[in-house]
Amino acid sequence: MTKIIEVEHLNFRYPLTEGRPALNDVNLTIEQGEWVAIIGHNGSGKSTLAKSLDGLLPLSADSGTIRVAGMKLTEDSVWDIRRQIGMVFQNPDNQFVGATVEDDVAFGLENIGLPRDEMLTRVKNALARVRMTDFADKEPARLSGGQKQRVAIAGIIALQPQIIILDESTSMLDPNGRIEVLNTVQELKEQENLTVLSITHDIDEAANANRIVVLDDGEIKESGTPAEIFQYGERLIELGLDVPYAERLKAALRKRGAAVPTEYLTEEGLVDWLWTSHLKM
Amino acid sequence: MMNKLLFGRFIPGHSLIHHLDPRNKLLLSFYFIGIIFLANNWPTYLCLFIFTMLAVRLSGIKMSFFIRGVRPLIWLILFTVLLQVFFTRGGTTYWSWGPIVLSQYGIVNGIYIFMRFLLIIFMSTLLTLTTQPLSLADAIEAILKPLRVVRFPVYEVALMLSIALRFVPTLMDETEKIMNAQRARGVDFGEGNLFQQMRAIVPLLIPLFVSSFNRAEDLATAMEARGYRGGEGRSKYRILTWHMSDTWTVIAFALLTGVLVWLRA
Repeated sequence: MTKIIEVEHLNFRYPLTEGRPALNDVNLTIEQGEWVAIIGHNGSGKSTLAKSLDGLLPLSADSGTIRVAGMKLTEDSVWDIRRQIGMVFQNPDNQFVGATVEDDVAFGLENIGLPRDEMLTRVKNALARVRMTDFADKEPARLSGGQKQRVAIAGIIALQPQIIILDESTSMLDPNGRIEVLNTVQELKEQENLTVLSITHDIDEAANANRIVVLDDGEIKESGTPAEIFQYGERLIELGLDVPYAERLKAALRKRGAAVPTEYLTEEGLVDWLWTSHLKM
Repeated sequence: MMNKLLFGRFIPGHSLIHHLDPRNKLLLSFYFIGIIFLANNWPTYLCLFIFTMLAVRLSGIKMSFFIRGVRPLIWLILFTVLLQVFFTRGGTTYWSWGPIVLSQYGIVNGIYIFMRFLLIIFMSTLLTLTTQPLSLADAIEAILKPLRVVRFPVYEVALMLSIALRFVPTLMDETEKIMNAQRARGVDFGEGNLFQQMRAIVPLLIPLFVSSFNRAEDLATAMEARGYRGGEGRSKYRILTWHMSDTWTVIAFALLTGVLVWLRA
């Protein structure tokens, strides 16, 4: 096994903030082909860790070292490292750059200046792998959240990276979209021997992983197989792996006698339901 | 839903006009506005009219769409036409009252001006009805390309245009959602006097601005993560191709110009 990501003594503090740093002496090693889930509360530093791996945060000299695929992350190597890492972010709409599905998949390829012939084949292949071929010429407004995230994955696959980071990529999706996206990633991981780093609150997503890392207050608190971590039972909620917020709110409302819909609602769906529930138009 | 997807006024189709190179269509539309000023008598206007009607026919789009294009400008057209009609002297004078005259030349000039407006609006409507906004953005990029010599950021402007177009439906959705949310809190949109209506827009604009900035930040991070380092050194996925039909269209416009020069008084 080769180590594909090595993080040593990583510290990070967002500029102009007081108090605790966002990341405090984080050490983490990830093997090639591993699926690691990072869990933790909001503000525990999960996303900060993911972004710093991709060189998306201004790291200073004393922040520790990050090595990705054998390269030390520096200002010179950051673009090479970004080619090895594909990131899928939380909001499906805010990472869709192209005007149509195929344009979006091609965006990353255009950035590396790939010749057009090669782009055409890679875009076609990537769309086939995420089963979005039929949507190649569709605008994002016509796609569901899960479909948009699959397009984002196609855009990553087309660049043939070694690592995929899912930065809460499924948190804004409905259960079907979530399953769609996770299955796609699982399949691609097997085929390409990808390394997957998923930052999540979702218990199913975490259960898929080979290893779960628990982050709290910018420090790694626990690390182990899903079986080991799931032994904590009730304490999982404290660790930040929890029932979706919308579900908890619904349960709390039901306790107070409100007639909440029984079907699953995303956080957005619940917000929509809440403000329309007493609106008669 | 459909309204949002068909923003702009593009009507999908497979006509000859739809398949023309957008660069060609854009440039020829401008060219048409230029040669319309060659017309100065009945035969030339008739010639332009037939040409425009032929183009409209070829697009396979219903006439009513074109007439709808005239509607927003109707007051401007009427105002200009009436100015021409009542302040031009010459030929037989039918009626006069102080500086205002109704003369033969005035009426003829009024009709010419009206035709000029009508034909220009029809041609530009034809352009927007048969060309996707995105293709138009591509065409603008291609046409602006020479400006790179003077350091004009053509690629960046083109990307900006295409991102703006891509986010129109997203922001429309959001606007609708915010409007409903504010209605639920008692804001009346489109009611009261002008001042009240303007005030009602404020609780709509502020959340929309805030969320647009958040989106912009997310999008910038996502673009950087996908290796975007500015316009230079990028290759292009979308390309525009010049077909035989484009050459024929150019020839048709050249012939039209020749005929106009020959027929004009």
